[in-house]
Amino acid sequence: MSHLSTKHLIGIKDITKSDIELILQTASTFKEVINRPIKKVPTLRDLTIANLFFENSTRTRTSFELAQKRLSADIVNFTSSSSSVKKGETLLDTVNNILAMKVDMVVMRHPSPGAPNFLANHIEANILNAGDGTHEHPTQALLDAYSMQEKIGDLKGKNILIIGDIMHSRVALSNIYCLTKLGANVKLCGPPTLIPKYITELGVTIEYNIQKALEWCDVANVLRIQLERQNIKLFPSIREYALYFGVNKKRLESLNKPIVIMHPGPINRGVELTSDVADSEHSIILDQVENGVAVRMACMYLLAGKA
Amino acid sequence: MNNRIIIDQQLMKLMLERFSNQLIENYGDFSDAAIIGVQPRGVLFSDKLIQHLEGITNTHILYGKLDITFYRDDFKSKGLQLEAKTTDIDFSLDNKRIILIDDVLYTGRTIRAALDALLAHGRPSEVKLLTLINRRFNRELPIQPDFIGKTVDTQMGEVVSVQWDTPKDGSHVILLKENI
Repeated sequence: MSHLSTKHLIGIKDITKSDIELILQTASTFKEVINRPIKKVPTLRDLTIANLFFENSTRTRTSFELAQKRLSADIVNFTSSSSSVKKGETLLDTVNNILAMKVDMVVMRHPSPGAPNFLANHIEANILNAGDGTHEHPTQALLDAYSMQEKIGDLKGKNILIIGDIMHSRVALSNIYCLTKLGANVKLCGPPTLIPKYITELGVTIEYNIQKALEWCDVANVLRIQLERQNIKLFPSIREYALYFGVNKKRLESLNKPIVIMHPGPINRGVELTSDVADSEHSIILDQVENGVAVRMACMYLLAGKA
Repeated sequence: MNNRIIIDQQLMKLMLERFSNQLIENYGDFSDAAIIGVQPRGVLFSDKLIQHLEGITNTHILYGKLDITFYRDDFKSKGLQLEAKTTDIDFSLDNKRIILIDDVLYTGRTIRAALDALLAHGRPSEVKLLTLINRRFNRELPIQPDFIGKTVDTQMGEVVSVQWDTPKDGSHVILLKENI
């Protein structure tokens, strides 16, 4: 298997296990590239990629941009706050205008779930979803899986815990699809109001007691509380959340084995994760950021080869 | 199909012997030299050669493996394998004399890509090319080997296949003639 089964990467739900394995395997060769003295390869030098960010992002946008530069692609950056979207232009018009300038691939982040699917039905270029509302964030799930594999080896049969705001998190959904496809056991933990009722249909289990959940897992992926996506109050206070679901040193020290701590960022220090845990030796948060560049290089390289 | 063995097991052994002697003659104790095999098939050959060389010289020789997938010029061609192999060069190539190794030299495009890939690891003082088989015709770029196992005259459509350590014939090279 040396090609992806798809020309767009919109969600982990739509790709196969061998697609995931191919991306992760290719990412490890790119990781070697970005650790060289000269961190650049000429592979995508004849490709133009547009980064369309209709929603704020620092980490993901920088990571994509760096990955594109390392692959020698030409890039066009677009943020909605400084564009004609403010003047009432539709998404399709915006993208068609950019494509008329001969762009081969579109990396898009959009607040509406399904926006990349809509684009994929209307335009020719490869679409890479960099997060669409509360739907999916495939490259984050892939880099999470890559970072886990790097730390604990094959994920088959491993126990992975996802803690926090599952309902509003595209990272959680993509992670669930990715990890279950790779054969890991996935458990969710958080306030009942933030865990969708039927999520167990995806093959995951739920535990509301954080202590029990931490005792069970090999890796804990801690998510951010997404206050910006909540219209109503779903838990009483941030302080209470930190008390019941926050991961702190005391909780980790009471376990009989060390567990790996991950966070997709940005961290609300003192809420879902205390500083002493985020900066501890068991945290691989900064590895996740480094691996993000390699994984995104792999995704764009493989999608470009599919065009 | 009309296949012909162009290097048999016996000849292969002699060639490894000859390459080793040539390299020792040119590079002495290898203190300023490094051997780089091109992934994937050149590495099968360079593995053998380095083992032989180190056996004779009793010294440790700098040895790396180079993958050229990301440097190819036919990225968008149909049917191209996208799967990359690992690059494993844990030393700087600055001011080193490099012996670049591949099994078969044909169009020259692989070596073109390999030269590009090499330069990402430093600035060697020189690069020489060693190939087991030099296919004389259909070269597309001005690239020639410095150390040659055997030069063969082949036509387009023919395939030169190097087989390592087969149970029956050991290591040997076959010329596969395709029916036209």
